Amino acid sequence: MGNAGAAPAPERRGFRLTEGQRGAIFVAPALLFILLVAFYPIIRNFWLSFLNIDLVSMGGTKYIGFKNYFKLIRDLRFIQSFENTIIFTAISVPIEFLLGLVFALTLNESFPGRRLVRAVAIIPWALPTAVMAMAWRWIFNDMYGVFGDILVKLGAIERSPAWLGEPGLAMFAAIFADVWKTTPFIFIILLAGLQSIPHEIYEAASIDGATSFRRFTRVTLPLLRPSIVSALMFRSIQAFAVFDLMWVLTGGGPGGSTQTISLLVYSTVFRYLDLGYGAALAVVAFVCVLALAGVISWFNKEKVEY
Amino acid sequence: MRHDSRSKNFILRALGRIGFYVLVIFIVCFCLAPFIWQVITSLKPSEEVFAIPPRYLPSKLTISSYVKIFTARPFGRYIVNSILVASMTTLVCGAVGSLAAYALARFRMRAKGIIMGSVLGVALFPAIIFLVPLYEIVRSLGLTNNLITLVVPYVTLNLPFATWVMTSFFGQVPEDIEDAAKVDGMGSLGILAKIVLPLAAPAMATMSILVFIFAWNEFLFALTFMTQDLSRTVPVGIAMLSGVTVYEVPWDQISAATVLTTLPLVAAVLIFQERIVQGLTAGALKG
Repeated sequence: MGNAGAAPAPERRGFRLTEGQRGAIFVAPALLFILLVAFYPIIRNFWLSFLNIDLVSMGGTKYIGFKNYFKLIRDLRFIQSFENTIIFTAISVPIEFLLGLVFALTLNESFPGRRLVRAVAIIPWALPTAVMAMAWRWIFNDMYGVFGDILVKLGAIERSPAWLGEPGLAMFAAIFADVWKTTPFIFIILLAGLQSIPHEIYEAASIDGATSFRRFTRVTLPLLRPSIVSALMFRSIQAFAVFDLMWVLTGGGPGGSTQTISLLVYSTVFRYLDLGYGAALAVVAFVCVLALAGVISWFNKEKVEY
Repeated sequence: MRHDSRSKNFILRALGRIGFYVLVIFIVCFCLAPFIWQVITSLKPSEEVFAIPPRYLPSKLTISSYVKIFTARPFGRYIVNSILVASMTTLVCGAVGSLAAYALARFRMRAKGIIMGSVLGVALFPAIIFLVPLYEIVRSLGLTNNLITLVVPYVTLNLPFATWVMTSFFGQVPEDIEDAAKVDGMGSLGILAKIVLPLAAPAMATMSILVFIFAWNEFLFALTFMTQDLSRTVPVGIAMLSGVTVYEVPWDQISAATVLTTLPLVAAVLIFQERIVQGLTAGALKG
């Protein structure tokens, strides 16, 4: 936009804009959306986090400085949600990564029907998380659920527990459903990465007598690193901010055992009508996500050595 | 001896091949199982849906669950809402994103880096940071339950992706064609509409499919800003389907609604597989 004041071209017939001015006009609508609907709310959210907004007793709005943040460190519900979010992210993302890698390596081989199988492996990614969370709630249902029934029939357990009614099991169910939903995303990114590795490199490695394991660790993995980093970055960010899946599948329960930060923001704002505190919680989520993205993208900065 | 080692090799290779296909079958089953279970549930008579232990195959097929969601529930309305919101989002986001992308790829401009950075940066922000302030605005303007209220944030959140895909596309189109048009006295807007956009149609399609899917699937804002049942989009509508009491969940109807919502997406993936992969990888690498 900085070009709006640039000098117009000296010779011109009629009304003509410089390239910079035309560029500014082309970019303006996008910038307007980004500034008004993304950046303004972020700044506003930071401001709200310093306020005490009393909607319940109409007590009005007061500036209270960092009080919301002081309250947060001592809030057991926040600490629990923070732990749950970290546990959820730290368990689901590595599993999704390993499984996605297996998917990608398998479906990179040629076999009849490969195109169809690849499409099938993308399907979970394309389906709405909230809707499929309902499907998983049905699968994990304690009475009519098919998950427990299959395990019983396989002899793994004697009777189906209340998957969504016990703390550890509810987290397990959430991670299971998340792995199902998002492994395809990692698969897509890693498959594209695999396809961009030139065949000649593998041939050269074969001639040098490298075993397939060595080829994998010395050629495939290093060359795949940019894809791995970006897949992990997007997935970690999304996992840390998980909302849809938890809201529908467990609602954060039982007893707050699957409550994550995003869910806590939502209930703080819409159930307890504590906007200021909710905004402070959102700031924490925001800062954590950006820090996470920063740390992961830092791994990509290091030199790749062959 | 030699023969022995060769047949051993053969057996190993065959075992490897079998293992490989077992893996392929596992992938297919894993990815389809929840969807197929919804399809089966949706076609069962109600009493078999609630059988203990679950019946894997229905004794007869019925579409009564499908009829119910349209007659006893406003499911048709949810679908219309979702289609409206997703297509408006796709149109606006496509137009705004392509315009910006064209300028960023073609024009000499100052502050290009900052503009690109601030647009793409939004892709990293968790949606929850926008929730409270946007809710404030929506409420104070009295815009709850208005479908446009969803389109505006959806366009914004998808702009990074749309702009990125289109910028990398415009970067690949040779400038010579446009230069020729410029000599013929065409303006930028004319060049964009008559020459660049027809060339860009495949990239636009890729971008549109993905933006449509994102908008169709969005949950957080749809849940927050649409408080009336009749304004809900499909994901929220399904998540809120409930029986007379909280404990009574109409799983037969939910499964039918799930199938109807996801079937078009399954079809889209089967048809547009390459485009989806292309768009996602373009968006994720470098994003």
